[in-house]
Amino acid sequence: MELIKLTIDNTPVEVEKGTTIYQAAKKIGIKIPALCYMNLEHLGIENRPGGCRICVVEVAGRRNLAPSCSTSVMEGMVVKTNTPKVLNARKTVMELILSDHPKDCLICPSNGKCELQSLAATLGVREIHSVENAAMSTYRKDASPSLKRDMDKCIMCRRCETMCNEVQTVGALSAVNRGFMAVVAPAFEQDLVKSPCTFCGQCVAVCPTGALTEVDDTNKIIRALADPSKTVVVQTAPAVRAALGEEFGLEPGTRVTGKMAAALRRLGFAKVFDTDFAADLTIMEEGTELLDRISKFLKGDKSVKLPILTSCCPAWVNFFETNYPDMLDVPSSAKSPQQMFGAIAKTYFAGKMNVKREDLVVVSVMPCLAKKFECQRDEFKVNGNPDVDYSISTRELAHLIKMANIDFASLPEEDFDQPLGESTGAAVIFGTTGGVIEAAVRTAYEIFTGNKLNKIDFKELRGLEGIRTASIDFNGTMINIGIAHQLGNARKLLDGVRSGMYNFHAIEIMACPGGCVGGAGQPYHHGDSSIIEARHKALYKEDEEKTIRKSHENPYIIKLYEEFLGKPMSETAHHLLHTHYFDKHKV
Amino acid sequence: MNKIKSLDDLRKMKQNLSSDISIREKSNNPEKMVQIRVAMATCGIAAGAREVMNTFLEKIEKDSLPIVVTQGGCMGYCYAEPTVEVKVPGKDPVVFGHVDSKVALEIVDKYIVKGELIDGILPVNYQTIQEKA
Amino acid sequence: MAQIKMHLLVCGGTGCRASESKRLVDELNAQLKANNLDEEVKVIITGCFGFCEKGPIVKVIPDNTFYTKVKPEDAEEIVEEHVLKGRKVTRLLYENPETKEHVSDSKHMGFYQKQVRIALRNCGFIDPENIEEYIVRDGYAALGKVLSMTPAEAIDIVKKSGLRGRGGAGFPTGLKWEIASKNKADQKYVVCNADEGDPGAFMDRSILEGDPNSIVEAMAICGYCIGATKGLIYIRAEYPLAIKRLQVAIGQAREFGLLGPKILGSDFDFDIELRYGAGAFVCGEETALIHSMEGKRGEPTIKPPFPAEAGYLGKPSNVNNVETFANIPAIFLKGWEWFSSIGTEKSKGTKVFALAGKINNVGLIEVPMGTTLREVIFEIGGGIKGGKKFKAVQTGGPSGGCLTEQHLDTPIDYDNLVAAGSMMGSGGMIVMDEDDCMVSVAKFYLDFIVEESCGKCAPCRIGNKRMHETLEKICQGKGTMEDLDYLDNLSKVIKDTALCGLGQTSPNPVLSTMQYFRDEYLAHVVDKKCPAGRCKALRSYVINADKCMGCTLCAKNCPTSAITGDKKVPHVIDQSKCIKCGTCYEKCKFGAIEIR
Repeated sequence: MELIKLTIDNTPVEVEKGTTIYQAAKKIGIKIPALCYMNLEHLGIENRPGGCRICVVEVAGRRNLAPSCSTSVMEGMVVKTNTPKVLNARKTVMELILSDHPKDCLICPSNGKCELQSLAATLGVREIHSVENAAMSTYRKDASPSLKRDMDKCIMCRRCETMCNEVQTVGALSAVNRGFMAVVAPAFEQDLVKSPCTFCGQCVAVCPTGALTEVDDTNKIIRALADPSKTVVVQTAPAVRAALGEEFGLEPGTRVTGKMAAALRRLGFAKVFDTDFAADLTIMEEGTELLDRISKFLKGDKSVKLPILTSCCPAWVNFFETNYPDMLDVPSSAKSPQQMFGAIAKTYFAGKMNVKREDLVVVSVMPCLAKKFECQRDEFKVNGNPDVDYSISTRELAHLIKMANIDFASLPEEDFDQPLGESTGAAVIFGTTGGVIEAAVRTAYEIFTGNKLNKIDFKELRGLEGIRTASIDFNGTMINIGIAHQLGNARKLLDGVRSGMYNFHAIEIMACPGGCVGGAGQPYHHGDSSIIEARHKALYKEDEEKTIRKSHENPYIIKLYEEFLGKPMSETAHHLLHTHYFDKHKV
Repeated sequence: MNKIKSLDDLRKMKQNLSSDISIREKSNNPEKMVQIRVAMATCGIAAGAREVMNTFLEKIEKDSLPIVVTQGGCMGYCYAEPTVEVKVPGKDPVVFGHVDSKVALEIVDKYIVKGELIDGILPVNYQTIQEKA
Repeated sequence: MAQIKMHLLVCGGTGCRASESKRLVDELNAQLKANNLDEEVKVIITGCFGFCEKGPIVKVIPDNTFYTKVKPEDAEEIVEEHVLKGRKVTRLLYENPETKEHVSDSKHMGFYQKQVRIALRNCGFIDPENIEEYIVRDGYAALGKVLSMTPAEAIDIVKKSGLRGRGGAGFPTGLKWEIASKNKADQKYVVCNADEGDPGAFMDRSILEGDPNSIVEAMAICGYCIGATKGLIYIRAEYPLAIKRLQVAIGQAREFGLLGPKILGSDFDFDIELRYGAGAFVCGEETALIHSMEGKRGEPTIKPPFPAEAGYLGKPSNVNNVETFANIPAIFLKGWEWFSSIGTEKSKGTKVFALAGKINNVGLIEVPMGTTLREVIFEIGGGIKGGKKFKAVQTGGPSGGCLTEQHLDTPIDYDNLVAAGSMMGSGGMIVMDEDDCMVSVAKFYLDFIVEESCGKCAPCRIGNKRMHETLEKICQGKGTMEDLDYLDNLSKVIKDTALCGLGQTSPNPVLSTMQYFRDEYLAHVVDKKCPAGRCKALRSYVINADKCMGCTLCAKNCPTSAITGDKKVPHVIDQSKCIKCGTCYEKCKFGAIEIR
């Protein structure tokens, strides 16, 4: 690899050819401020439109300032990142951006988490010229069950557009209008719910301002908890425990399972349960379905749909309902863990507790914004009463804890309640890409072969590459597995299956980068993908430390089948734990 | 339409088509060309100017001569119609009177091509093409 | 068949068609037929003659008579007098504005005398819808010549000619071709940028309407040089006539085997497709143009990569504008030595300009590089309309700047214009006189930029909006000295930080007017006056008591009853009531109302 020598702020640096000034500067500890630029390097996601012009630097011999995020280094280049000219330009551009941005920071949902806000502070903008005469670009507000759009706050960084189009290939958001009124919106500036949006929320995850945010359901939780006629129970998704700590200043990757349970108990939830329990249940159902289809296939039944596709991810479900309406019978009919939990809670558990369905409120804490949409789907309601009443994000939970005056750091470690709180290591790794299929393989292997697994870890299924494939030896029968995270990769994988390029038995798909650990409801990563990697590792660590690591060995799951469901894919199980999909194709 | 298959074909086509546009090419640089102006007022036409003009045009076309033929109004020599003014670059313009097809061919062959003087030149008492322009 | 003795060339450009040149052609043909002349006189619809001020134009060949402002009703007289009897129709001849004499042919008109036509060589001369006429004018001979050379030899000729891009920035064309030729790929593209967007500019449109085959030929030459077999012309959908003529030219070229496989017996294949743009100014920027052709949002991306490396569909693409291409065949026919002998040291050849504004001869002109602004404005353009005083000339469209009296003797070339704070741009040239307010002029251009900014980068999207607002404030008489500093800083920051050429040059009108007309800005800000009397808010109407006859007409018409006075006694305007509508000014028969 060719090396290039240059100096940045009088410091010599040697970097590979093709490196940008921004990256070269970072290497020697110079952090050039940037706004639109975002590089999730662990995930191969980059947004570099060169639009904000905040990261400009002076390059000797160049007539104008260079955007450091997208200017490659050249031999002998002399770069200055902090001359008066650069500082003035940067501040002036920031002033311009702020001049067309609402000044209601104090009441903005992104207050304190806003990249624009902190950058304005860094650059020291103290005044905006002639602000009283300045026109503002304003737009119609739009809300969906999951996401809210307040595009008055959009600064055209285009990160959401990159996520929606390039990473997810959903195509719900793109730049519309031109000039001062340019903004990112669904086609014809229609409502998000009428667009092909999957509510994956990756636009929210990367928005540097309060333009794109989640629908805030915290007040509904507070009201439910205060209602004496209601029994309010909570379930928490696997990925939440690996990220919640970040909201309280803990290192990314710190596991806070015990503190989280303690905090939820202090918030007043009658029972603190775990979605992981439902994850184990999902493996029982989905794994059985997989084995059923494979067995039929191996016996020569050509009507069997293979590969089976996982269906835990609600954004993925929305995606295939919109984009692959001809393949609705391919994904597993198993509900997602959130919905399995709700269905069991409002039948099995409500019965045990002798609580009426209407008086039981099921709250889920999810790393996800699409879960808000999922729990409102009509097929997950009984007489209008949803199996899961409210779904809040990791961020909303952190907010609730703070509002309730709970000092998170000093909380003790506590356990989940039973019977819906016990889980295995297999369930924990549901929160990361590759985890669901690994959990399924652990159980399916033992059931299919009748042998105990010698080695529980399937390292070949792990990693952060967008598309991964592996073949697992089921005692002589090779089971081919495909894994994709990010919907764009899912599309590639699926198109590959359609074209005959791939021949899989099972495919795991998660919509968000890295799986649920990178979900849109998680604490903001602000462009630092090492945070997602740290959460990913934390979940495997939690799995490793569990005594039971295979779903079918979860004693409470065994008990649930004995007491209530019978066996996997039984009629009761079918009724409560399986669903069907709808053609939501949009023109 | 025959396709142009080679540079040669292109050249041939250009040559074959040249006459279509040569009138414009010539008018582009009239000062470098021999100019023949046929007086085409009522008197001229009555005396056969149209035929004379056609004779010139046919002759020029046939011999591919760099001559531009224009028509003018009455030059005032009604007694001598049809009249024709000829301007050879570098020479004073001359006017011929009583031109018929035979004289026209003579003007081209002898006066213009060979530079010989021929009969029928009228005295100049009007603005020439050049002065007027 | 009778001998054709006369051609009547009628301008069929968009401008002249708008003034009924189509009906004029029909009328001429009808008159010829009525006089049994239709076999010896041919009416030919050509491209633009350039002298749009006086259109529609009819040129009579071979005597070169140049008729101006010809109406369909004039056809009868032209045929009966000129065609039949050889008498020129004097009233339709061009009148020399100084001597008031009629000029019978174009060679003796000031408008044409200083012009050298290379790009426009066939405009107004041939029938653009007949490829044969182009071939007679040595059309496709340049392509034939090039096909006998190696691409490197041909590129070398373009390099030596010194031709620079006529689209604005003036990048050396030969170098551009060389870069594209060196990048290896399975497919390359030749792209013709026909997305002419400057207000008042119609150079490219006129070339496409008047000589479409020259573009087709040049693109094929370029394709051979860089190794491309596909050409794309990105043309505004608002140019229906140019589109039609290109379609005809491409169709005929295919029919004649001058496009398609194995052109002129060589191994070179080339074909051209049209792509239509919706008329966004920024799509003249080459990366934005390519994105638009790819069906993406028409907005620029950072260069590098340049289109020569990764252009249309990621393949090496060479983008040149129409006028640049129009020069190419001439360079190969007459030699690079000939071409480089025209012009200045660093700017070779000619440049086409669209003259507009307060000038007598509005139209399309082509002059050698190095011609001075004075020659263009006063000799070719015939000076300022109504004998008013010259104030400024805006070159380079919205990206250019305003130049003044002091620049009149500057030879026009790329570098001199940039040094003076403007730029060549695509060739718009708008002349302003003493009645133009330079703050308003700057505001006008910003208006355009604000409208046309794609919105991708913050400095252009928001900065130009803020500049526009500040200029509006100054025109309203509410400006402060801080606003001038603000404008100055903003202009420089936008120039330094904007993403594309459009943004980087957008402050030029403000910077140049602030530099050369600072006193006018100060008058607006400090004295709250608009010296040109253009800014309504700063205008006051006053009655000159010496001229007022007390007729009461103004008072009767004043919508706010701001004017009072007895009959036959000079009237007075109450400034606190006056809404500056200007009604009194228009109504007064004695010129007693003055604008101050």
